[in-house]
Amino acid sequence: MKSKVITITLILFFLITFVIFFKGLKNPNLYTPISNQGKEVPSFELKSLGDNTKIISEKIFRGNKYYLMNIWASWCIPCRDEHKILMDLKKDKKIELIGFNYKDNFKNATSFLKDLGNPYNIIVSDKDGIASINWGAYGVPESFLIHENKIIKRFIGPINNEDLLEIKKIIR
Amino acid sequence: MASFIGFYSLSFGLFFSIFIILYSFINLKNSEVLDKKIVSFTFIQFFFVLISFLGLIISFVNSDFSNETVFNHSHTTKPLFYKISGTWGNHEGSLLLWLLVLTLFISIFLIRSNQQPTKYRIFTLLFQQIIIIGFFIFLIKTSSPFNYIFPKPNEGLGLNPILQDPALAIHPPILYLGYVGSSIIFSSALGAMVTSHVTKEWAKHIKRWVLISWVFLTLGILLGSIWAYYELGWGGFWFWDPVENVSLMPWFALTTLLHCILVLEKKKILTSWAMILSIATFALSMSGTFLVRSGILNSVHTFANDPERGLFILIFLFTLIFLSIFIFIFFHSEKEKIENNFFWLSKESSILVNNWFMMYFLSVVLIGTIYPIFLEVITANKISVGPPFYNKLIIPFLIPFLLAMAIGPKLNWIKSDFKDKFYMIIFLMISFLLSALIIKEFDISFLINTILVTSAFFLFFSTLREFFIKRLKNLSQNIAHFGFSLLILSVLFNNIFSNEIITNLKIGETFRSDKFTINFENIDQEDEKNFKAIIGKFNVLHTDGSSDTLNPELRIYNQPNIITSEADIKTNLLTDKFMTMNYVQNQEYFNIRYQVKPFMIWIWISVILISFGGLLSFFKKRYEI
Repeated sequence: MKSKVITITLILFFLITFVIFFKGLKNPNLYTPISNQGKEVPSFELKSLGDNTKIISEKIFRGNKYYLMNIWASWCIPCRDEHKILMDLKKDKKIELIGFNYKDNFKNATSFLKDLGNPYNIIVSDKDGIASINWGAYGVPESFLIHENKIIKRFIGPINNEDLLEIKKIIR
Repeated sequence: MASFIGFYSLSFGLFFSIFIILYSFINLKNSEVLDKKIVSFTFIQFFFVLISFLGLIISFVNSDFSNETVFNHSHTTKPLFYKISGTWGNHEGSLLLWLLVLTLFISIFLIRSNQQPTKYRIFTLLFQQIIIIGFFIFLIKTSSPFNYIFPKPNEGLGLNPILQDPALAIHPPILYLGYVGSSIIFSSALGAMVTSHVTKEWAKHIKRWVLISWVFLTLGILLGSIWAYYELGWGGFWFWDPVENVSLMPWFALTTLLHCILVLEKKKILTSWAMILSIATFALSMSGTFLVRSGILNSVHTFANDPERGLFILIFLFTLIFLSIFIFIFFHSEKEKIENNFFWLSKESSILVNNWFMMYFLSVVLIGTIYPIFLEVITANKISVGPPFYNKLIIPFLIPFLLAMAIGPKLNWIKSDFKDKFYMIIFLMISFLLSALIIKEFDISFLINTILVTSAFFLFFSTLREFFIKRLKNLSQNIAHFGFSLLILSVLFNNIFSNEIITNLKIGETFRSDKFTINFENIDQEDEKNFKAIIGKFNVLHTDGSSDTLNPELRIYNQPNIITSEADIKTNLLTDKFMTMNYVQNQEYFNIRYQVKPFMIWIWISVILISFGGLLSFFKKRYEI
């Protein structure tokens, strides 16, 4: 009796393993950051920071505007420097800023925005950092300039004044 | 021409499997002695695979680019040594090598096993033929090394430069000898179960196969590790990379099996353990092949990925697993005598303790390696399991493991009482004081590190004492265990005392820290046969007054066009000084990474000691414990 139970468990276990491996074969397995410039943006489905509503990437980036998706975190020092420039960019009505809050907690993130101002139209929360991997992000901060659901330029590291001028030139 | 012969030779080899199987079945019914023809056929099969393998080597040496494998992995400007090693530096060639070793080993098995019952030998041969046929079909159908390209290209694509390294050139063959050796153990365990031959005689005879596969597997893993240290330029020797884990898991199983076999050779107990471990070792080696070759994992070992190949190995692997489960359930019966009951303080029970620890380590590595795949399939979440997972789950359990390893071998069979208590306590105290003194100097968490180092020192001293009081008795086991204590000590000290800085420097600049100053003097350029080298000259001045000149290189290979970074490593008995340099895009700065790593060379030496212990036991005539 006992050996029968063991036999069946064993066979079931290996059958399940087989099925999982079989399915796993079909999954793509690229974990390395890839340059996405000129490509359609990777889609995501994330909760918004604060009110936990679901936000789907297709709904944000389909509009006729330019979008700057900025990956930031309250614990990231260069993000503070960059923030003034983002606040400056906010005044431009041709562009919308999407905040991508990376591996951060809600309390710190809100107090960061309270202190320095909130430049973002929408903020999504990427708590475990997985969506950023899909975007091929190298780190925080990083920004993607998006138009018609395509990435037209990416900025690795904090945006400086030159970058700001470049962005303004593109969206004119 | 050579590839033409190679291809047909391979097909003939497969053809001979039919004869071998046919004659085996006839022999099984009619005769008590093994038919000579079967042995000859096995040899002919090996011979054909050998010709096929030589054909591929010749195509590589002659740079015959009409062969697709050669075209993809070779280049005319490559040095001859790497042209040859390129033969198994790719998926197709390495599988051919695997098949070559499979046929070679079964031939050797048939010659060496003439003391064993005929039925058992034939069944072992049959099970081995199932594996061999599987590999033949896999090779011919999905990954033929002899595909023809027309028109013939003028130049090949070249071998990935990070594979052009002496340690890596011999790493695959050595590792395969270990893996394939485990296939003999697998077939033989199945054969022994079917013919009820799981006895002391069987243990005595299979022990040599276990030992030799274990030695090769250990050395193979060591070579891979050395390669990673010298070539990848990350300054580490073990990264818990899935593919490294995949070679470590059969090693755990095989090490446990080795200990079981030692018991089985003495007394007919732990037979189920031995059977399951024999099956598990090979199943783990095969799943390693599956995980690496199917592209289901991503790591430094990525071969050309092809789901069709993955599917084939997957089906093949699970056929073997279900076959062995079937045989285990229907043929294996545990007829252990009641009077052989375990006494809690005996060599048997200490080996059982060892088994359970090993199984625990094995499960940790197994879960860490395949759980991400399970999770991704079930929930579409991607996670990566890194060193912290393994460190947290393995390190605490190392402490009792090391203590048990120090005490276990001193016990007697069946029943024993402690006579060496006094020494033990003295050694434990010395170890503790020594570790406390060392750890105190450093700013790390005191308790766990001290206990860890204490247990490692304890094993170190107890095995050291054995060398003096027992001289040659149990020498091989003692060398292996001593090597293990040395390994753990070196790894621990290496982790605790390592120093690392990463900085950007331009020529003429100097970096200062409280332990050393690094002066970037100049750079040189040199042209080699298939790459250009940019060599930096750095002067490192340590606070103790010693100075070193380190020359890390950047190599720009022409075919394929890849830049690699060659670390410069100054090794002496106590520390390794390790420096790599990298380009910083579009700037005059170079990124410099400098590491001082103590006891690095002792990690290699201790693993060599461990395998030397195994080798010694292999060559020893009379058995011992």
